[in-house]
Amino acid sequence: MSWFQKLLPPKINRRELGAESKKNVPEGLWHKCPACQAVLYHSDLEKNFSVCPKCNHHHRITARTRLDWLLDAEGRFEIGAEVQPLDTLKFKDSRKYSERLTVAQRETGESDAMVVMQGSVHALPLVVAVFEFTFMGGSMGSVVGERFVRGVQLATEQNMPFVCFSASGGARMQEGLLSLMQMAKTCGALTQLSQARLPFISVLTDPTMGGVSASFAFMGDVVIAEPGALIGFAGARVIQQTVRETLPEGFQRAEFLLEHGAIDMIVDRREMRKQLATLITLLTKQSAVAEIEAA
Amino acid sequence: MKVTFLDFEQPVAELESKIEQLRYVQDDSALDISEEIGRLQKKSQTLTKEIYAKLTPWQISQVSRHPQRPYTMDYIQHLFTDFEELHGDRAYADDSAIVGGLARFNGQSVMVIGHQKGRDTKERQYRNFGMPRPEGYRKAMRLMRLAEKFGIPIMTFIDTPGAYPGVGAEERGQSEAIGKNLYVMAELRVPMICTIIGEGGSGGALAIAIGDALLMLQFATYSVISPEGCASILWKSASKAPDAAETLGITATRLKALGIVDKIVSEPPGGAHRDYPAMMQAMKKALQESLKQVQSLPMTELLQARFNRLMGYGKFKEVEL
Repeated sequence: MSWFQKLLPPKINRRELGAESKKNVPEGLWHKCPACQAVLYHSDLEKNFSVCPKCNHHHRITARTRLDWLLDAEGRFEIGAEVQPLDTLKFKDSRKYSERLTVAQRETGESDAMVVMQGSVHALPLVVAVFEFTFMGGSMGSVVGERFVRGVQLATEQNMPFVCFSASGGARMQEGLLSLMQMAKTCGALTQLSQARLPFISVLTDPTMGGVSASFAFMGDVVIAEPGALIGFAGARVIQQTVRETLPEGFQRAEFLLEHGAIDMIVDRREMRKQLATLITLLTKQSAVAEIEAA
Repeated sequence: MKVTFLDFEQPVAELESKIEQLRYVQDDSALDISEEIGRLQKKSQTLTKEIYAKLTPWQISQVSRHPQRPYTMDYIQHLFTDFEELHGDRAYADDSAIVGGLARFNGQSVMVIGHQKGRDTKERQYRNFGMPRPEGYRKAMRLMRLAEKFGIPIMTFIDTPGAYPGVGAEERGQSEAIGKNLYVMAELRVPMICTIIGEGGSGGALAIAIGDALLMLQFATYSVISPEGCASILWKSASKAPDAAETLGITATRLKALGIVDKIVSEPPGGAHRDYPAMMQAMKKALQESLKQVQSLPMTELLQARFNRLMGYGKFKEVEL
């Protein structure tokens, strides 16, 4: 801060800096919690699994961060990365779909909106699929559907549970009806996992909407949500336009869904590993997690 | 019934009103102008055919929503006998936006399920414009399970703008209701034929549209999002709906080319609403053929084929990493 800016009254100072302040602060040093406005050290936030230590707000995290925090360090490998997107319809709005893909790939470092890995949690082997929300809003197109299916198939073959963390705005419009059909495809794949009596645990994170919410997301043997996650079929704006009334407090939030009987439980991200492991051992009639780890 | 003409049918509308006038004149005149009327009628038909031969996707979506288009109950009335409507989801309510029940098709027991829209303002409201709530999907699922129990094939008719986006629908689990149907239909142990007869509106349509054969009327649409909805999200303006309709690939021909639709059922010139008997006949033939086909397979093969079909949806590339 220059001597001149120091002289300015605080109000003016802030206004002047407003637009540029983001650029001036080194990337990732500070983070302002959008829920409680608390200013947090980024490193503190990260140590806390991106959950605000002041108000418990669960920040959105990338798919790979989540996998890294969730899975045991050893024995991970990725599934379905070879499956990559195509612009079958030659879709074009204000921008071509192919261009949007290139931009999303460059900005996120991912090839599409889902990462699937085989690994273990507390030494329990499983397959985990995670949506990458920053990739075109985590929208589900052909690649997401196919990677999901390959994950489910591997879990079925290897006799492992399947877990999916959803974070998606819904189906990917740019793939037209092909993306709608992914709803049918993902649900279809799960019937095989179910026939093999293998658990599917569905974790709904912020946000889980539209075509993802209305397909496999609620088909979990156990359906979990992260605190405060927005979960629903139609977006609030669409509903408001239809019903023309104010929406109830906390509408479509995880707590609202729990109250209405739509989900089994809300699990804090910091407890997720332990909770998942416990549920899996219970469902598959194995001994308690501590005993497995000791063995 | 007086035909309602769409914007792009104006030349036909003008001709038809001229014909109407001539008929009126003929009634109380000694002059025989039937030849002239015949000539104009022929012209009107040719014109209709010409217009309908090159409809844009946006125009097709207008036809698919035509207020006089045959709805599920019309097909039930014309193609089935002994229809016994079954009501309710056994948990909360009966949703009138989805109808279903037992019936006979060529004498054989079938389960018929379909979206139902209303004809007049009052009925439209009663049918909630064909937009089902969770109860509707749960009723459909109950009827599918019932059909499965007795080994009765299922025929569904799809015609909805989409699942209803309301507060109550969300509270009672719209997402779960749709997802559950997708899941159940994938492994339902009974043949299932689905036909898109009008608007195939996204998840709300898909929720009763997974089976062993997918038929689609020539001027029906099937889309992940309505052209208006897509335009207002991607173009930030609903007026771009014609562009969205074009690029979304919502027509029967595009979807057949993508391998999603198995068979296109031709409509009479000017659309299904212009000639109910012809439409019913074409539909009957198509359903007969499909039923014969799906019934010829043993159950394990049928289920395997359905599974393979589901797993085959999607277009992507595979690269070496």
